[in-house]
Amino acid sequence: MSTTHEHTPLGGRLVTPPFIFLVVICVLAAIVLTQRFVFGLGEATNLNDGYPWGIWIAIDLIIGTALGCGGFVMAMLVYILNKGEYHPMARAGLMTSLFGYTLGALAVMIDLGRWWQGYNIMFPWLWNANSVLLETALCIFAYIIVLMVEFLPAVFERFGMKEARRRIHRVLFVFTGLGVLLPMMHQSSMGTVVVILGYQLSPLWQSHLLTLHFLLTALTMGYAIVAFESITSSLAFRRPYEMSLLGKLSGIMAWVMLVFFIVRYLDVIRVGGFPLAFAGDFKAVSFWIELLLGVGAILCLMPKGLRESPRYVFLGASFMLLNGFLYRLNCYLIGYDPGTGYQYFPSMGEILVTLGIFALHIILYLAFVKNLPVLHATGPARATA
Amino acid sequence: MSAGEVCAPTQDFGDLDGYKGALGGLNRREFLKFCTGVAAALGLSPALGVRIANAATVAARPPVFWLSGQACTGCTETLLRAYHPTVETLILDMISLDYNETLCVGAGHQAEAFKDQSMKKNWGKFVLILDGAVPTKDDGIYCKIAGKTYLESVKSAAEGAAWIIAMGSCASWGGIPSSNPNPTMAKAVSEVLPGKTVVNIPGCPPSPYNLLSTVLYVLTFGKAPELDEKARPKFAYGRLIHDNCERRGHFDAGRFALEFGDEGHRQGWCLYKLGCKGPETYANCPQIGFNDNGEASWPVGCGHPCFGCTEKGVGFNKPIHAMANVVSVSPPTLFPRVAEEKGQGISAGAAALSAGVVGAAVGAGAVLASRLGKAPPKEDFVPSSYQEKPDDHS
Repeated sequence: MSTTHEHTPLGGRLVTPPFIFLVVICVLAAIVLTQRFVFGLGEATNLNDGYPWGIWIAIDLIIGTALGCGGFVMAMLVYILNKGEYHPMARAGLMTSLFGYTLGALAVMIDLGRWWQGYNIMFPWLWNANSVLLETALCIFAYIIVLMVEFLPAVFERFGMKEARRRIHRVLFVFTGLGVLLPMMHQSSMGTVVVILGYQLSPLWQSHLLTLHFLLTALTMGYAIVAFESITSSLAFRRPYEMSLLGKLSGIMAWVMLVFFIVRYLDVIRVGGFPLAFAGDFKAVSFWIELLLGVGAILCLMPKGLRESPRYVFLGASFMLLNGFLYRLNCYLIGYDPGTGYQYFPSMGEILVTLGIFALHIILYLAFVKNLPVLHATGPARATA
Repeated sequence: MSAGEVCAPTQDFGDLDGYKGALGGLNRREFLKFCTGVAAALGLSPALGVRIANAATVAARPPVFWLSGQACTGCTETLLRAYHPTVETLILDMISLDYNETLCVGAGHQAEAFKDQSMKKNWGKFVLILDGAVPTKDDGIYCKIAGKTYLESVKSAAEGAAWIIAMGSCASWGGIPSSNPNPTMAKAVSEVLPGKTVVNIPGCPPSPYNLLSTVLYVLTFGKAPELDEKARPKFAYGRLIHDNCERRGHFDAGRFALEFGDEGHRQGWCLYKLGCKGPETYANCPQIGFNDNGEASWPVGCGHPCFGCTEKGVGFNKPIHAMANVVSVSPPTLFPRVAEEKGQGISAGAAALSAGVVGAAVGAGAVLASRLGKAPPKEDFVPSSYQEKPDDHS
């Protein structure tokens, strides 16, 4: 583990106008959540028996944790594939993972009908070994703990606890290993959960390879969110772009995206779902948008010349994120039809809570990068382009 | 073939002409004519009149006396609707029903005299079936038959009975006459016969097969069938109605009719919320039904909640539509709706909000992408641009 560079807090004022804007969104979400916890899910959401899962699961958890895969894909790159040069981006990725998963778990607690029994996951004798969700729940629970441990060095550095920093460094490799293994397990399990929906999921998405697709989208979205955050935080905090690393990372992103694209759409043809793409309904439209976003990502990232441009890397990363976002939303909501007349569109309250969770994510991000050594220190030598 | 002309063996009639006065002074021919008439009146083949005549004179079968007190005759009526064995097989071939106010051929002093005579003859051997509650207030003067109070009749008959069977809810635990305010202080048979073993066959009315099976059991084996703590035969009253109910699956799944005629009621869902007492009532109604008509003819099968007639303190005590105390598995505290909501379409607010979020995300992305063309960031760049970031995520 070569850690030749330094991380440093950004410093600066925390409470800025955009920060206040985000807090307002969180307050609105809190009001809706009060309604949810006082009067129940039925009062605050449009959920029904046909759609027991709405956007709180589909977006906040399934997509939110995919956006939180930045930490695991960077750890895989740096520590498993031994590409030490990406290390400066690893800690930021780790932190977004920590927030992504913690907030995903929060979303699950909000969505659980009997949330007060959620702590039962800690007691093995209460586990339901036949539930496809058990593995996912256990993995996410364990992974959040692993992420906290992985992030501890930043906290120790900030408060000058050198001895603690040195000690945790010795055992950190175990947690790093777990930190790669666990997300691969539960991200693929999120695909397995949808396999059991059977015919209720349109053949445009239903497949026995959903497990693989969800693992691949975890990779595409994980890398894309790292690039996306790198560029947006460079813009926001007026730091130089990390183009020397981003350019190389874009190459990886392009190939991962291409692999997913090929596997995904060959699979649609294999299961015979492709003719439904011409059905002209909302599902077909959503299928084509998802496909075009994938094409867009590959076109932006594949040509070597474009990888030097922050604009195209940003566009490519955005397309990749949206492609994964829409793919998972399609699998969990848009492509899903329980039959017999059930319908679902999120209520305003549900949308506000989802926005609030993402706003909280950014609030935490701002608070952490300004006060803890998360982003790497910049010097004149690193300023590129 | 007219009613009087019977071609059947007549050799075993015994000395009918010697039975003077017993049949109102009828001679042998008149008696046969009468029995055939009875058969015709019952809708039976005229040939059965001969068997009735035979049965009336050859009394080798176990004698049974049926006394009625504060009763509605429903218990006798239910016996008439038994088909295996049929009531004529029962009373002509299997038992000798020596007294029953509804089924007696004779009437008045004649019937009473025959009862007393037969009881004396069979003292200690006969089966005594009692239906109806026993009024005890003012020494039982509120129910009198042939000048005797019912209380007196029951007590004296019980002395000579080998077996005492309380037929129906009134005899078993008091039934409707004993319900509030109980002006005659009606009591169950077992309450006025302390120390006697009384087999209870509660029900309003009970299934005739519960009585027949009990009677035939004691006559065959010479002992009472296994009884529960309320002296009911376990073969019929061993399990909750709830546990054998054909609608039990709906109870377990939380599907309840909430009103008569609602969607759940029409679908045949559980009647618990309409006050069905099946969960606290022990009887075999769901297994055998009534009238040999399968499950189409018992209250729950017809769509009406069970009102708990076999259970003391439930039938005629609790309001028919009050919810039962579930003896076995308690239902969940929350129930799904009868017609589950299927979700509503997109609301104007949600549509506007989603469109706003998507628009802001696309707009912010476009603005960011255009600014990225001018790298490195200029000094005049304001940090506030990252307020668009949440939209890019969502």
